[in-house]
Amino acid sequence: MREFIFRLFGRGRRPPDSDGDARPDGGTVTKEQTVGRSRLRDALDSDLLGSLPFWLPPALLIGLFVYGAIGWNVVISLTDWSGLGQPDYSSLSFAMYEEMLSDPTFWTATQNTFVLLIAFTVVTLLLGLLMAILVDQNIRFENTFRTIYLLPMSLSFVVTAIFWAWMYNPEIGLINVALRSVGLDFLAYAWLSDPRFSLAAVIFALMWQFSGYCMVVYLAGLRAIPTEQYEAARTDGASTIRMYRRVIIPQLRASTTSAAVVLMVFALKAFDFLFVLFGPTPGPSTDILSVMMFREAFRATNWAYGSAIATVLFLMALGVIGPYLYLQYSRGDL
Amino acid sequence: MSSQTANDSTSGIDFQRIGLYAVLVVMAAFYLSPLESGLMTAFKSQEAFIGSTPFVPPPPSGFTVEPWFEAWSRLQLGVFNSLLLAIPATALSAIFGSLAAYGLTNVDWRGQVAVIMLFVAGIFVPYQSVLVPLTQFWTMVGLEDILAGVPLLAERTGLLELIITHTAYGIPICTILFRSYYATIDPEMLEAARLDGATVARIYWKIILPLSVPIFAVTLIYQFTQIWNDLLFALVLLTSPENQVVTLSLNQLQGSMVQQYNLQMAGAFVAALPTLVVYVLFGEQFAEGVAGES
Repeated sequence: MREFIFRLFGRGRRPPDSDGDARPDGGTVTKEQTVGRSRLRDALDSDLLGSLPFWLPPALLIGLFVYGAIGWNVVISLTDWSGLGQPDYSSLSFAMYEEMLSDPTFWTATQNTFVLLIAFTVVTLLLGLLMAILVDQNIRFENTFRTIYLLPMSLSFVVTAIFWAWMYNPEIGLINVALRSVGLDFLAYAWLSDPRFSLAAVIFALMWQFSGYCMVVYLAGLRAIPTEQYEAARTDGASTIRMYRRVIIPQLRASTTSAAVVLMVFALKAFDFLFVLFGPTPGPSTDILSVMMFREAFRATNWAYGSAIATVLFLMALGVIGPYLYLQYSRGDL
Repeated sequence: MSSQTANDSTSGIDFQRIGLYAVLVVMAAFYLSPLESGLMTAFKSQEAFIGSTPFVPPPPSGFTVEPWFEAWSRLQLGVFNSLLLAIPATALSAIFGSLAAYGLTNVDWRGQVAVIMLFVAGIFVPYQSVLVPLTQFWTMVGLEDILAGVPLLAERTGLLELIITHTAYGIPICTILFRSYYATIDPEMLEAARLDGATVARIYWKIILPLSVPIFAVTLIYQFTQIWNDLLFALVLLTSPENQVVTLSLNQLQGSMVQQYNLQMAGAFVAALPTLVVYVLFGEQFAEGVAGES
């Protein structure tokens, strides 16, 4: 992310002494002002006007479907729309948010969402880092190993949820069969239906699916570190573990940040996997905000209430991505 | 890279290397185990999968391909509809992404940073925060009434809505993928073409587009996988059973055939097959697409 943001914004910005400096903000220069300054007009014609047909249609689509919809969602959350009728926009209030704050289900779902967000992000990053370091050891068949580790990422959550429901089957699933075969019968729990373990079981399965992604991100980070640093650490007599802890891993901070942002945002919108495993009404141990939002809006037709939960989810995502973009900006990467 | 490693361990047996490969193989087994036990189970009869260890191949007496036929008959409509959805939506979002990336990268104009910001942030928006307006929007548009008289499209309005929706939400990530690639194109080459009098459109058509083949491959593969795998939008937007996509069909199969794990596993593989094929053939491009999301 850092790299592409850098490239992204590096090009958008002109050097201060380029010819573009002579004119004010390109978007506000009017035709009349530019008449007579033919070079400037040419620049405008060829650059801004010429580029409009390329980016404006997609930008309008995003404007409508993403930003327009988010705004509309906020407005709906202020109505009391439910059932089959149409929303009444004439009287707006925060009633749905008040209802939400006094709804114990909301707080349970929020708590689970945060547990999922933090635990899933941490374990997936750690496993991904470990896999990246292992794959980076000049191994044979590197491509094969990488392909295997990333494979779960290419599967639908519907598919992986079905696989893991079978893996976690208490009597004949692979996990418990394996545990029993090594004498760990007392650990053979009903992983998905036992409220003590169901969220952890979900996090473990999602870690399986996403750690390959983290591996790819970390691997790119590792490969960007010059080989001399490895050699220098080795000639200093540092052990492999020490070298990674002291020299290599601290340099992977940018990879960690960008992967963590993607994982956290995913955890906020994680829906498919839990929905396939537990349905729209999973019960308190695995209820999360995104599933609750779907249940309230599309099963109970409490549209305004669902929109209010969706607004909270959006703000949480903003809470993750906002500081991240700001961090990039203050580092000078934007 | 792997050719060097042969020299590394010429002096005797390197126990560290052996340990490393052991860990790599064990991890590969971990990542493959859900697929392996699913594949074995899909070939077992009901009695066989209840009576045998999940990852062991089926015994001759318990071997059957019946689950695959059953799964295919239940999912074929979904597979067909998913192809109808994923192919145009993938192509459209990639084309829009390419156009937008060009207009926001290789054509230099002031203020593009702000527009790019909106594109980047669009990648991270949780879809839940647009779902209710989205359904309301499509209800208000009333595509069914508009296309009531059009022969082939009239029954496919749900899919059409889904195609447009996926295209719109796919544009941000496609644009970013294209943009990181276009940023590496030598600006002097484009400047030379501009001085020769080539228009913005002509430069795109004659220079940028021919250079875009590798990044089109990455974007198409990544986006196809994303759209094929999606459940949420389909769940919310598709109403008629004839338009059901494969993720919906599979979810239904899982819900109705609770104890028939062999059928469930065969169904999971049928639904995953196109993405698995794409992944095996174009793993590198997929990895690039995945990495671009970060």
